[in-house]
Amino acid sequence: MHLIEIKNIIKTYQTGETSFRALDDASLTIENGEFVAIMGASGSGKSTFMNMLGCLDKPTSGSYFLDGIDVMKLNSDELSDIRNSKLGFVFQGFNLISRTSALENVEMPMIYKGITPEERIVKAKEALKIVGLEDRENHFPNQMSGGQQQRVAIARAIVNDAPIILADEPTGNLDTKTSVEVMEFFVKLNEVGKKTIILVTHELDIAQYAKRVVRFKDGKIISDERKSS
Amino acid sequence: MIDFNSTFKIALRSLRVNKMRSILTSLGIIIGVSAVIIMLSVGEGAKSKISKDIASIGSNLLMVMSGSTTAGGVRMGGGSQPTLKLQDAEAILKYCPSVAQVAPVVSEVKQLVFENQNWSTSVYGVTTGYMAVNDWDVDDGRTITEEDDKNATNVTVLGATVVTNLFGDLDPVGKTIRIAGRPFKVVGILKSKGQSSMGQDRDDTALIPLSTAQKKLFGTAFPGTVKFISVQAKSTEDLEVAEEEIEALLKERHNIGRNKDNDFTIRNFTQMLETIKQTVATMTLLLGSIASVSLLVGGIGIMNIMLVSVTERTKEIGIRMAIGAKAADIRMQFLIEALLLSLAGGLIGVVLGITIAKSIQLFAGMTIVISPIAVVVSFGFSGLVGIIFGYYPAYKASLLNPIDALRYE
Repeated sequence: MHLIEIKNIIKTYQTGETSFRALDDASLTIENGEFVAIMGASGSGKSTFMNMLGCLDKPTSGSYFLDGIDVMKLNSDELSDIRNSKLGFVFQGFNLISRTSALENVEMPMIYKGITPEERIVKAKEALKIVGLEDRENHFPNQMSGGQQQRVAIARAIVNDAPIILADEPTGNLDTKTSVEVMEFFVKLNEVGKKTIILVTHELDIAQYAKRVVRFKDGKIISDERKSS
Repeated sequence: MIDFNSTFKIALRSLRVNKMRSILTSLGIIIGVSAVIIMLSVGEGAKSKISKDIASIGSNLLMVMSGSTTAGGVRMGGGSQPTLKLQDAEAILKYCPSVAQVAPVVSEVKQLVFENQNWSTSVYGVTTGYMAVNDWDVDDGRTITEEDDKNATNVTVLGATVVTNLFGDLDPVGKTIRIAGRPFKVVGILKSKGQSSMGQDRDDTALIPLSTAQKKLFGTAFPGTVKFISVQAKSTEDLEVAEEEIEALLKERHNIGRNKDNDFTIRNFTQMLETIKQTVATMTLLLGSIASVSLLVGGIGIMNIMLVSVTERTKEIGIRMAIGAKAADIRMQFLIEALLLSLAGGLIGVVLGITIAKSIQLFAGMTIVISPIAVVVSFGFSGLVGIIFGYYPAYKASLLNPIDALRYE
């Protein structure tokens, strides 16, 4: 069984009279433990594809199996559960909740999973330690640098033991040095933590960290290369 | 669904983040709840005061007064022409089956003197029935007895105000005072009744036997007449019947034709006070309703601010949804926020309302009765307002699409 199996998905957006095909018959299979970079110019459909992957949106047609689950058949509450337990999100804009401490931000996915407060604190502290921010527990997002915020976001993504991490331009708002740090984190998560990492980027040197690069153009997958190493 | 405790904490934190806004939003509810409590407490107080008055003037009381004189076309006030006689009182008791007791009264303002103190007060010449009809009690000593009336003895029972003014701290029972120059022995003190609802001091009075008043004290051109007769009906239901019976009887006794004006007036005080009580109840209801409108306005304030809050926090909602919050979780979070705002407002409103009501009692000397029902109902209403006006914004938040919400800046 594949971890992710997407077949012939099409996503059409309707704006008034004109309809626009953001995804045009894309198929992709990802195995457990892979590190995939999804590349493409803006408007190529890579972000739409990411939303489908992240169960934030449903394709107009096609099929999507995630860990054996038929995502097309799920209602919005079941999609929430999938996002909560199978997926960890890391966004370009960090997307931490403002005026809420790092610890509480990391706790949040566990709240929606129904984990007890005591266990939540223990696990959130562990996750923060993994990203090296154990001394920033009580800092608010606006008291931390971009790199630190992104590391809190990574801690939040891994805290529920989700097998897949979806990172949408995670270094887009960071300088080169911090970008390298963050990317090395993803590598470590992939190699040591055995997480499947799917990364959307338009920067070639960021894509270098991945073991497989998938390119989008006009809603279609135009290339799929695996590194020989 | 996530556990209530965590939702509660999330809601509480977002309210704390916007402290000023939360306080201002609750203010509507605070004012509404306290206004309802104050209005109802004042109203209840007025009602209980009137009830006490009804009890203290004596229950089921009618007052028969002499008619007015007409001198050269000028009509004098009621009681100016003494047409009622002692025998009228006796006849009323005898021939009116709905009447339980009568108390014929004469009264005049006289000066009372004890040693070097003097005080002017209404002196009432009364019979033994007076005490029961008017619900008087003695605090010390005895009342006017039948014996006193028969022998026209010079004895008096004084009201509390008179005692204070004439005797100060001395015990007046057994002392002799002068009323209009004549010596009277103080045999008792009336139990204090305080002010009437008309603001009259009912303790400013002195009672003497009716016969003594008629024969020795009050000079009158109409011997044997009384100023008014207090009549106690057998029950509240009998009041109107008693009124009719007395009117018929007195018309006959005074030889008044069918279409002639009566030379007496009958007043029904109990009915009058009952009417006032009903008016006050209506006023209370009216004021309470107006106050609850402000609760409604407070609720709209909550809805307004919650809608703003949902828009402002669209991104937060998107993040929460992306990491696993269900629509119901988001809805509950915002609903609890609204409920917290309204219940906190309600609680502060209850405290404020009771405090203000108590201080009105303290500083304005009004009777205030804080009814537990008013407190419970207004607090419950504040919660209801929170749910009703919080639901729509919460529902709106839960409908957001996670992708759109995440993109929102």
